[in-house]
Amino acid sequence: MAFEGVPGLVETREAFGETTLVVDAARIVEACAYLRDEHGFDMLVDLAATDYLGWGAPGVSGYIGTAAGRNLNRPMTQGLQALPAPKPKRFALNYHLLAIRQGARRLRITVWLDDAEPIASVVSVWPAADWFEREAWDLMGIPIDGHPNLQRLIMDEDWEGHPLRKDYPLGGEPVRFSGQE
Amino acid sequence: MAVAAQSGRADPIYAGTRIPSPIPTQLDVDPAVRGTDDILTVNFGPNHPSTHGVLRLVVDLDGEIVVGIAAKVGYVHTGFEKNMEQKSWWKAITYAPRIDYLAYQANELVFVLAIEKLLGLEVPPKATWMRMLLAELNRIHSHLVWLGTAALELGAISMFWYTFREREMVLDLSELVAGYRMHTRYFQTGGLAEDIPAGFYPECRKFVEWMPKAIADYDGLLQKNEIWGERTRGLGLLNRADAIALGQTGPVLRASGVDWDLRRDDPYLFYDRVRFRVPVLPHGDTYDRYRVRIEEMRASVEIVEQCLDRLERMVGEPWIADDRKVVLPPREELHTSMESLIHHFKIVTEGYRVPEGEVYVAVESPRGELGCYVVSDGGTRPWRVKFRAPSFAALEATATTVQGAYIADLIAIVGSLDTVMGEVDR
Repeated sequence: MAFEGVPGLVETREAFGETTLVVDAARIVEACAYLRDEHGFDMLVDLAATDYLGWGAPGVSGYIGTAAGRNLNRPMTQGLQALPAPKPKRFALNYHLLAIRQGARRLRITVWLDDAEPIASVVSVWPAADWFEREAWDLMGIPIDGHPNLQRLIMDEDWEGHPLRKDYPLGGEPVRFSGQE
Repeated sequence: MAVAAQSGRADPIYAGTRIPSPIPTQLDVDPAVRGTDDILTVNFGPNHPSTHGVLRLVVDLDGEIVVGIAAKVGYVHTGFEKNMEQKSWWKAITYAPRIDYLAYQANELVFVLAIEKLLGLEVPPKATWMRMLLAELNRIHSHLVWLGTAALELGAISMFWYTFREREMVLDLSELVAGYRMHTRYFQTGGLAEDIPAGFYPECRKFVEWMPKAIADYDGLLQKNEIWGERTRGLGLLNRADAIALGQTGPVLRASGVDWDLRRDDPYLFYDRVRFRVPVLPHGDTYDRYRVRIEEMRASVEIVEQCLDRLERMVGEPWIADDRKVVLPPREELHTSMESLIHHFKIVTEGYRVPEGEVYVAVESPRGELGCYVVSDGGTRPWRVKFRAPSFAALEATATTVQGAYIADLIAIVGSLDTVMGEVDR
């Protein structure tokens, strides 16, 4: 399948039998509308944001010798044997598309975003994007431009922070002890 | 289908689109009547017994008619995806079935398939057939719970007792094979956690013989029930184009006339080697969603039967891949082989490494397309896990389906979308 005509196409990748199009964030709505109308991807099945903060940062560790010498696995490292390929920006927003017709073609569009860099809403292309984009904003803090109703979806309205970010603490809420003001 | 034709409902369902604009998932009250005293805003849930969990609907009523609706979710958010990032791949499997607690096998399956796709691991045929069998038993289980509660909500309490009788049989089979009634964690990376116990096949045969009779009983109780028909036919409409635009999958999509089933159209496991029917109905209402689920249970029984035919001939075959870097060595080897002991220790403590990459795997869960997007950095823990929950998308259709409905029908309509809040909120 040729995707040369996709507006804002940066790169096409094939891995694990899946096709990924990396698209310029500024032209995402155009690209989505094009893929829907010209390639028949009529359903947005998923929108998954990923935070790559600290990607590869724990360094290489494990029982296998590394350039820096033999590095025993430190607790809470990812136990990497090789450093993963670096990512261009902190956040990736992955649109998973599906064509409801013979062959069940699937496609992933990836958009790279910095922290607080907004991305245009695709609700006008697929109405299903509404909640998925709210979820991406709520849990990952990706600002969606032009979303008709960008409120928190999963967390409370007055919640602070975006829990699925890598720098969000796991430990839960601070505990108040008796005798403490 | 003959039954649908008799009812004399118009086709197509409605012309154009009923997705509200500008907010597709929210029905706003007409500004002309907004300020008048006629509009009553009612909080429905979050702890209403018919919401199948904790779903809150803010409903605007004009008399008894729903003129505005907004769904609020997040009451059972437990941070599954965040937690799974902190666990080794091996331990994270335990979390998956708890996300959609009625379709636990489907959740377990999709996560295990995602890991195996990254690892490039071959699964023995016996394990694949057993996975299919359990996934289909689980579909029956999930639809039974839906059917029982949906009928209960409309006052037909006896359905609940019958469906839960059969559900109990499925849970007993789960217990027999995995030791747990729900959330079995029986699917292991590479195959199954244990061999299939010998007593399973005859028990499962008994169930397969019994189940079609039970489904006929359900039909006898509901099919000609005037109240059930009146309260489901022509209600909760969703046409073909709107269903696709709103990302609907599974029974909701098939009841809107879209002939689409991942098991047939995008086969995984061995679904391309079994024969089964995909029920599709054209009216896009609550009634058709109910019919689709009933017919799906029949199809599932057929698939279970075909899996059993194969499995019974596979006694003694391996049930898990022989890859010592990923799969635990056989217990008895630990006493004699140093290498096995090391492998065992490494897998249990540190976990196995999964190659760097990202995959999206989708299966047909009882509620529709259940997807799992997984990112690995090459380490022993997932970098990111995201579940594409069919219920999440289903709830986006509430604003379209309940337009102009009576408040009393709201329960039946939202119920017919068959949402499980565990997977909506994750």
